[in-house]
Amino acid sequence: MPDILDPYRPRASLLHRADPRVKVVVAVASIVVTAALPLGAWPSYVLLLAAILALAVSARLGVGFTLTRGLIAAPFALAALPLVFSTPGAPLGSLRLGPLALDATVPGLERFLSVLAKSYLSVQFAILLTATTRFTELLAAVRALRVPRLLVAVFGLMWRYMFLFVHEVNRLRIARDARSADIGPKSGGTLAWRARVTGGMVGNLFVRGYERSERVYQAMLARGYDGEVRTLPMGRLSASQYGILAGSMAILAFLAVLGILFG
Amino acid sequence: MSGNAVVSSVLALGRIAGGYGPSGGSQPMHIPDGFLSVPVSILFWVVSIVVIGYALRRVSRELDERKVPLLAVLAAVIFAGQMLNFTVTGGTSGHLLGATLAAALLGPWAAMVVMTAVVSIQALLFQDGGILVLGANLFNMAIVGVLVGYGAYQLLLRAFGNRRWALPVSGFVAAWLSIFVAALSCALQLAASGTSPANVSVPAMGGIHALIGIGEGLITAGALVFVLAARPDLVAPAAKATAGQKALWIGGVALAVVLAVLSPLASAYPDGLEWVAEQHGFLEAAREPLYNIIPDYVFPGIANEAVATIVAGVLGALVVAAAAYLVAQGVRRRATQQ
Repeated sequence: MPDILDPYRPRASLLHRADPRVKVVVAVASIVVTAALPLGAWPSYVLLLAAILALAVSARLGVGFTLTRGLIAAPFALAALPLVFSTPGAPLGSLRLGPLALDATVPGLERFLSVLAKSYLSVQFAILLTATTRFTELLAAVRALRVPRLLVAVFGLMWRYMFLFVHEVNRLRIARDARSADIGPKSGGTLAWRARVTGGMVGNLFVRGYERSERVYQAMLARGYDGEVRTLPMGRLSASQYGILAGSMAILAFLAVLGILFG
Repeated sequence: MSGNAVVSSVLALGRIAGGYGPSGGSQPMHIPDGFLSVPVSILFWVVSIVVIGYALRRVSRELDERKVPLLAVLAAVIFAGQMLNFTVTGGTSGHLLGATLAAALLGPWAAMVVMTAVVSIQALLFQDGGILVLGANLFNMAIVGVLVGYGAYQLLLRAFGNRRWALPVSGFVAAWLSIFVAALSCALQLAASGTSPANVSVPAMGGIHALIGIGEGLITAGALVFVLAARPDLVAPAAKATAGQKALWIGGVALAVVLAVLSPLASAYPDGLEWVAEQHGFLEAAREPLYNIIPDYVFPGIANEAVATIVAGVLGALVVAAAAYLVAQGVRRRATQQ
């Protein structure tokens, strides 16, 4: 595969072999169910986590891989932090910041932790999907799920050139660092100068991209491109894939009902 | 919690976030799953699908078969360009979202498709932003970011005329405004989902992005100046909006004004949004009947609420005043020309 940035982890497992359309639908359904679970539905959260870990182990991804990559959304948690103090309910404790007194409440803390848990679980489903599905399969699946053809074609070609430009950016950064030593607040000119240099690099990248797109277009024309991106249609789902789909949906429906009824 | 404390802690965490994710600029604008309620997520999916669907049709009509390589390669450029940063001070750095730059150079519809590709790939492959909330993230970054950036850019270019500094200044202000307004939209979504009270999320998101927007503005201006020097033909055509696009840039500015007015309002009445959300069937609303009947529920710290509201109000008023002034300038210029 093209690059270290590629989230796909090649393994031999049932999850890797499953039809990408089924995987996309089940992953999205899992994220919807996770989002729809009520706040504080801890037993359901634990069950979902258990399901995720079971899938990660069966896909031979390793428990550590999914658990740590799931932390990617953690910094956003701060957006929900005020909930601890703004939700009315039984007081938990008081925090004094100068003239301000903040009263943390038990339901507030529960709401905050629930948002974190749901976010963490949702990220896990997305990671499982991208770690076990090749990008080309993912593209074919979203096309089969009626994402507009033009958009899918743009996704596909973007993927092909993304890594190239990421490396180009790295080379530009190395060149900048080599010419201006350590660009920091103490060296390397004023803030406006640093920003202008970075702006120049972005402009440079844009012009390179624009001109490359013209060459890419010429190369595509030379190979018979007529404005239409043709992809091999995916075959019908096999009975076993329908089985996986139905089974996963049944489990998710069960978890959703369990969560809403019993919290 | 005072607005300042929120801003500084958001900044601190934003710094940590910068280290995450292969897409580099993990800005606090990409909402992860779990932070928006299902009704809010679905609402913004519907809006985004309609607008982006229209953009796709416009792009198909306006560009020839060159469109796929052009849009895809430039989406790759924006994705990679978001990794370029410059040190601002003590660990914080400025980087790029790219919506205004794309809108200035490609026009609004193509820019919308490019930003849609960037934001979707970040969410799908790198978990930079969630999947259920992708509709909301697309709305903020690919629709609001592009339309506001494009509208302000066109308006300012007209107002400034042929002055030498017209291009970088218009780019700077438009990019700043597009980031700021997109952040307000993000804050309102969080508030409508009951994830963050509006009187905290609006000043916090607005405040931090008023700073982040400066970096965006400087980079956008620098990039426009570079492209003007290297390939002036790429800057010129997009700078002259056709008659049909006039409605569009006016729409972009109107969107900025509406969100800027709505935000201090929501901030002053933090219960209002949540009330609306609950009316539309919050799942947890049914589970928490107790909290809804508690009378005179006071938000923590009156000082906080007042400060937060004033901050949001001042920022909103500034934006509205600036927009109104510029519209007036544009109208006057037009009148004197005729």
